[in-house]
Amino acid sequence: MSDSAARLSVMKTYKLYVGGKFPRSESGRVYEVTGSKEKWLANAPLASRKDARDAVVAARKAFGGWSGATAYNRGQILYRIAEMLEGRRDQFAAEVAASEGLSRSKSAAQVDAAVDRWVWYAGWSDKVAQIAGGANPVAGPFFNLSSPEPTGVVAVLAPQESSFLGLVSVLAPVIVMGNTAVLVASEDRPLPALSLAEVLATSDLPGGVVNVLSGRTAEIAAPLAAHQDVNAIDLAGAGEALAKELEIAAADNLKRTLRPSSAPDWAADPGTGRLMPFLETKTVWHPMGM
Amino acid sequence: MSSAPTVPPLADVTASDASLRRFLHGLPGVDAVGLEARAAMLGTRSVKTTAKAYAIDLAISMIDLTTLEGADTPGKVRSLCAKGLSPDPTDRTAPQVAAICVYPDMAATARAALACSGVRVASVATAFPAGRSALPVKLADTRDAVAAGADEVDMVIDRGAFLSGRYLQVYEEIRAVREACVRPEGSTAAPAHLKVIFENGELSTYDNIRRASWLAMLAGADFIKTSTGKVAVNATLPNTLLMLEAVRDYRAATGTQVGVKPAGGIRTSKDAIKYLVMVNETLGADWLSPEWFRFGASSLLNDLLMQRHKLSTGRYSGPDYVTVD
Repeated sequence: MSDSAARLSVMKTYKLYVGGKFPRSESGRVYEVTGSKEKWLANAPLASRKDARDAVVAARKAFGGWSGATAYNRGQILYRIAEMLEGRRDQFAAEVAASEGLSRSKSAAQVDAAVDRWVWYAGWSDKVAQIAGGANPVAGPFFNLSSPEPTGVVAVLAPQESSFLGLVSVLAPVIVMGNTAVLVASEDRPLPALSLAEVLATSDLPGGVVNVLSGRTAEIAAPLAAHQDVNAIDLAGAGEALAKELEIAAADNLKRTLRPSSAPDWAADPGTGRLMPFLETKTVWHPMGM
Repeated sequence: MSSAPTVPPLADVTASDASLRRFLHGLPGVDAVGLEARAAMLGTRSVKTTAKAYAIDLAISMIDLTTLEGADTPGKVRSLCAKGLSPDPTDRTAPQVAAICVYPDMAATARAALACSGVRVASVATAFPAGRSALPVKLADTRDAVAAGADEVDMVIDRGAFLSGRYLQVYEEIRAVREACVRPEGSTAAPAHLKVIFENGELSTYDNIRRASWLAMLAGADFIKTSTGKVAVNATLPNTLLMLEAVRDYRAATGTQVGVKPAGGIRTSKDAIKYLVMVNETLGADWLSPEWFRFGASSLLNDLLMQRHKLSTGRYSGPDYVTVD
């Protein structure tokens, strides 16, 4: 007891995750993250619009390699993320418990569900094409084949309430098909997201495929929604007024937009509702019998 | 050119190899730590809003838009010329670039595409980028480029001779190329501007870069240029700063103004603005024009245009909105 009391506490500096690296915010700002009972937990970086811009550049750079990887390979990497998380369950359970004010058993159940969700989406990597694509019967001597392709860089606003299960539930479906993501963590509960970045960095996921920003959702989301090099935006973490504003900005370059649902149940079977919105259908016509 | 046989300043130093060596080795040594610290410090200036808009437009107007690939075709050169004439087709207020820089065999194509637009044709010559050819070949290369319509010739120095200390040989080679820049018989046009490339990455020390700068200026260079863009180390802030200081000192000593062109590795607007700050702080506004300062670059232009979009629309732009070249 006396030994542990004499030891200095080692505080963790939470950082952003951009392009496979862990930078501080370009602005140098941080903000205080408090737990459910207003107890200070840590300082998190307060990302600026320039951090968002850098994240988009990193995500765009990673897109070619990630979307070009085989579906099998992407599935393996997502499964690897689940394996890595499994080994750090206690850490994540503690962070979720502190952030959301849950009991240890409830937060552990959330983490288990999040690990299972990675596994579940990993399995989809080489199966979406069968559901969303296929051979189309056409009135002519052609093979007509449609296949789903990733849309590009997707900005993801993580759910504000469910800091880990909700986060995984919006992130995994975006990247599994080959999109790259700029993830804006929950504003008041960003710590599980920032720790997830450490897992992603050690799971064979190429740098830049997922970029994690923490800070004021409205401040970071506005430049992302207006950004001409972002192809889609998931508004899960935006309130009603903000979502409307962002949707208007996103319309400017015809981004694919996924609106937030009013009462999301992150524990429920997710279905394919979050996989399909970020895919483009490519259709090929090929002459038959030549 | 000038008819009066005035004795140029510092004429005595180029009288012999020994005097030239004495002069170049007598130049003060470079304080490497101080140079790098000053270059880094000047790179921290924050240039925003209207000043940034001005800097971006100035940088665009200073670009020598370059294509120096073995795979160059007349079509590619023509499309590059079109881009140089109108960098942003959606915004007519974007300025033209300063010049299009090509290999000598493409100079005629570029000349035809640019016509009398004011955008100049720059051609590399003298066995670019290695410079490893006999002098008559280098001179023929230069005359060929000038005859094809090049307004500016970018020559490379013989780094082998320079590093072996045969300074007079390098000096005389630059003089000879300068002579070859004169237009063919019967033309009334001014001689082609001569830019002398040192290839700083191969000169190994800052002292050598300072000596090369003085050597080229003594030999009558109109511009001194950092590098070819074909080796690992190209233009850096410290070695460009060193050349800017040499140009400043040369004007103080002789009254002759010489231009500077960093080339290679300058890809972002942020980098370009750092160079402009350095020019303004070291040389002042006299050099802040395409007449006296250039960027040798190809991908820099797209980044400047994207920054320009950002300033005019408030939204971040992306590579889908500029050309692929």
